[in-house]
Amino acid sequence: MAVCGATLAAARRGPARRTLWQIDPAACVQCGLCATSCVLPVSAVKCVHNFAMCGYCRLCFGYFEADAPALNAGAENQMCPTGAIQRRFVEDPYHEYTIREDLCIGCGRCVKGCTDFGNGSLYLQVRHDVCVHCEECAIATVCPTQAFRRVPADDPYLRKGAAGEGT
Amino acid sequence: MRPLRTILPSLATAFAAQASDRFPKPDFEAAYQPPAEVWPGAGTALGEAIDVALLAAALGLAAHLALGRRSRRGIAVLSVVCLAYFGFWRRGCLCAVGAIQPVAEALFRGTELPLATAAIFLLPLIFALFFGRVFCAAVCPLGAIQDLVAWRPQRLSRWLASPLTLVPPIYLALALLLAGTGSAYVICRFDPFVPLFRLSGNLHGILAGICLLLLGVVLARPYCRFLCPYGVLLGWFSRFSWRHLTITPEECIRCRLCAESCPFDAILPPQPAAAPEPLPTAVRRLGRILVACPLIVLAGGWGFARAGIPLARLHSDTRLLEQIALEEAGMAVPSVESDAFRRSGRLPDELRQSVAGRRRALGRGGWWVGMAVGVVFAARLLGASVRRRRDGYEPDRLHCLSCGRCFRACPVEHARLRRKAATEE
Ligand code: SF4
Ligand code: SF4
Ligand code: SF4
Ligand code: SF4
Repeated sequence: MAVCGATLAAARRGPARRTLWQIDPAACVQCGLCATSCVLPVSAVKCVHNFAMCGYCRLCFGYFEADAPALNAGAENQMCPTGAIQRRFVEDPYHEYTIREDLCIGCGRCVKGCTDFGNGSLYLQVRHDVCVHCEECAIATVCPTQAFRRVPADDPYLRKGAAGEGT
Repeated sequence: MRPLRTILPSLATAFAAQASDRFPKPDFEAAYQPPAEVWPGAGTALGEAIDVALLAAALGLAAHLALGRRSRRGIAVLSVVCLAYFGFWRRGCLCAVGAIQPVAEALFRGTELPLATAAIFLLPLIFALFFGRVFCAAVCPLGAIQDLVAWRPQRLSRWLASPLTLVPPIYLALALLLAGTGSAYVICRFDPFVPLFRLSGNLHGILAGICLLLLGVVLARPYCRFLCPYGVLLGWFSRFSWRHLTITPEECIRCRLCAESCPFDAILPPQPAAAPEPLPTAVRRLGRILVACPLIVLAGGWGFARAGIPLARLHSDTRLLEQIALEEAGMAVPSVESDAFRRSGRLPDELRQSVAGRRRALGRGGWWVGMAVGVVFAARLLGASVRRRRDGYEPDRLHCLSCGRCFRACPVEHARLRRKAATEE
């Protein structure tokens, strides 16, 4: 009885809907554990792109390996292990980079390149159409930077560039 | 000239400060529209309300099948449906068993408790208070998957079974302690069946699930009986339930067939009223119990407070601090985690504080939950020493999972159904 009462009292303070897990891009350092620690065979964490921050660089630090032999779409030149980034010429010298989420495994290699040397327009987020919404996110239990936190289900992303969120 | 070593860091900070505009935004000549950003949502509030309503409906149906219709077949069918929906379709995360943990965290740490989670936690308990453990009978997917494989259940001898039934309260207390201190959700982390529902997860989890199912062939529902922490709560509510499933609504002829049919050993034999005990023996017995009870309570508190130290390692901060200490002592090479930690800008002091705080909370909380476990065990001891009269075979409300297997075994019940069929014709 007491259990029921206390639970109800606690629930009255809380939100109606379940909370979900999300990555704070300001805290994440792209350690790579997101790709390997999710309970799903292919992680629910994906790279997302804030085009408003992107420099559309010809030499993208997220797209090209630092020691790329040539600046073309050859697999040996690409940072992404699965070739999930699509590079499209827009106009000289600009290129557009889009993420194919069906291929992305959330390893964060591109994000690291872009954050360390570029504008930081690529970042990692839990995609809620893929995530199964574990009560305790398996990645959050290993994330060394405590970048994971619970967010309301009605607004479940921590967008880069949005007011108050990571820059 | 300043050495490069001293310039580089300041250069790096200058560089980092401008991270978002190292490269100017382009001025496109042609009209260019960047691709639209997509932010897939996670269901709707209505969807969540429907989930809760489905759970309530399933519970209602289970109660009707177990207490009203008295149909084992109905219960079995409903349990398969619930296994398919709540287990394999929803992949196990609409789970009252795991919901213990956010509730504990909200109660002990003041975190937010979503209404949907509270409802999922409370509904089966409320039904248990009215009708017994009908959740276990037909709704819980963890129970249903074990029920399906219980082909050749063997009876466990008493000396093995009774100590094993002490495990679930311990597990419950650990789960409360670890969730209540924000250390870990152990019920989820060590859930043996959810990896099977999702067909993914770590290999250990999947193997544990398969082993438990294999064991479940000869030992019916091992997780339910000897591990499940939620089953403890359900049992307590069911113990005082308003109504409960009966083996037959008519008078028991003490044939013992039902007790043999119950794969969970949850049927209590008839028991004559206790013979009056000579006063001195009774006093001595009472004295022994009264001495034992506080000792059990203290031992529980002490044991749990001690357990907090190794358990703290379930939290990543503790592991990280240990790893960093090893590295500083030159006994380990940097790991992915410690490398990320150093790049994150979090200070080792912050880590030390978080770990020390958690240790303290685990120690303090350990005393409380440990003593609570002690009280539960002491209550069992007291309960075992009072003999209550029972006229016929009865389901043990604490452990009966309301599966309805005993209906078919009872000859009185067969006769009743035949009579009923005859009058209906
Ligand atoms: S585990 Fe944490 S730090 Fe590592 S990539 Fe994921 S969010 Fe970033
Ligand atoms: S490099 Fe990793 S995070 Fe980036 S797009 Fe490829 S798979 Fe995704
Ligand atoms: S909540 Fe579960 S499914 Fe979602 S990202 Fe975390 S581990 Fe993966
Ligand atoms: S005892 Fe636990 S696991 Fe078994 S059916 Fe009941 S709630 Fe589910």
